[in-house]
Amino acid sequence: MHSGFLHRRAHVIQAVRQYFIERGFLEVETPVRIPANAPEEYIDPVSTLPWQLQTSPEICMKRLLCRGYEKIFQICHCWRANERGSRHLPEFTMLEWYRSNADYHDLKKDCIGLLQHIANVCTEDSCFSRNGIKINPNNAWLNISVQESFLRFSNTDALTSVKNGQFDDLLTSLIEPALEKENVPVFLTDYPAQMAALAQISHDNPDFAERFELYVGGVELANGFSELTDYLEQKSRFEKANQIRRHLGKNELPLPEPFLKELSAMPPSAGIAMGIDRLVMLAIGADSIDQVVAFTPESL
Amino acid sequence: MLSVADLKKGTKLILDGDPYVITAFDFVKPGKGQALYKCKMKNMVSGSTLDRTYRSGESFEPAGMDERDMEYLYKEGTHYTFMDQVNYEQVVMEEDTVGDAKNFLLENTKVSVLLFGEKPIGVTLPNFINLRVTQTDPWLKGDTSGSDSKPATVETGYVLRVPPFIEENEIIVIDTRTGEYSTRVKG
Repeated sequence: MHSGFLHRRAHVIQAVRQYFIERGFLEVETPVRIPANAPEEYIDPVSTLPWQLQTSPEICMKRLLCRGYEKIFQICHCWRANERGSRHLPEFTMLEWYRSNADYHDLKKDCIGLLQHIANVCTEDSCFSRNGIKINPNNAWLNISVQESFLRFSNTDALTSVKNGQFDDLLTSLIEPALEKENVPVFLTDYPAQMAALAQISHDNPDFAERFELYVGGVELANGFSELTDYLEQKSRFEKANQIRRHLGKNELPLPEPFLKELSAMPPSAGIAMGIDRLVMLAIGADSIDQVVAFTPESL
Repeated sequence: MLSVADLKKGTKLILDGDPYVITAFDFVKPGKGQALYKCKMKNMVSGSTLDRTYRSGESFEPAGMDERDMEYLYKEGTHYTFMDQVNYEQVVMEEDTVGDAKNFLLENTKVSVLLFGEKPIGVTLPNFINLRVTQTDPWLKGDTSGSDSKPATVETGYVLRVPPFIEENEIIVIDTRTGEYSTRVKG
């Protein structure tokens, strides 16, 4: 028997599943072809007229929270048009998990436990690796706010950079390279409110949202937040996203109406999406996402 | 026009009037953020490099390149004149653009010239080219210095290392990609 990358990939996925099952999470499956995703400015769904392939299972999983399921997880395929690079595939594997009566602090604890489990079970030295750097999730993690990281690494105020349209540029050219050097995982936390997506605005400071991204070796591995449960606020954010899409010359996207209707029944919750392909990359030390999938789109 | 979806390693495009080739490319997209297309590019005329980041919706003018069979005619000062083998038009190239190829150019040498629009931006020689040795010291039998090569000047003025047995007026074959001696032409 050889133990190539597909064996290691399977091992990571099995370890993820084991981690959540042992902690009382219910594994769920939801339809991948749906009438509407959550409209986002910069995520383009793959159309299968008149419906779409899911860009994330979030809409259906949150509807399960509304029905009273308290701890759920899913490992599934998602599609995002035109996303292709050394860390992007237009079809990729996503892990999402949700907790009701929880907030983003609880998700951070889940991340720590999950990554320690994966590193300990799926790697020889209990470390992830990236560009020759070992990242040990068993040591104390770094938790840095978006604002602090912008002040420290780019000498700019995060909110100002959002206004100037420079946020993404600075994030990828200055902040992420700085996080790349850390030998522990990093929570980049409390995103500007304009980038809240489906996240709750912070109670302490309305300029920021209770949303974080998890970085390991500079690779953005997961995006989690305290879920917004205000139906009207969510609807207006979707409409705003569509406005921006129109402004960018993109098609407007249909709203997930049943989700919006049920949202007010959702308990305070938190949810997170983690890229499984990237997790495998970090576990086996792969440079490119191409090295961890059986087939790339170009090879089909 | 090209769109960001056409950007990849090897794509040639025009920037500020100059042709550039993309030497390294990556697609990045911070969470919930917009897609950024990061390119390292090399100016095909000057050889200088730069980094550029593009966003969805931007468009680019492709750099139309044309490779033509030409014959090297003559040199005047720092200008090298070539003639198109099909339409007999002449093009003039600066010494800097000719680069190392000047070491191997003899009148009537057949070459390939890369044109950007009307502008010649590079010349490619045959991989092997024959040149006459114009000066080299004779090989002294019994030389005990142990040296297995010696300098030789060829008819273009280029100096390279050749085996000790090569004599003046012999024709040798040079690999133009490395500038090194390959073999001698028995005649």
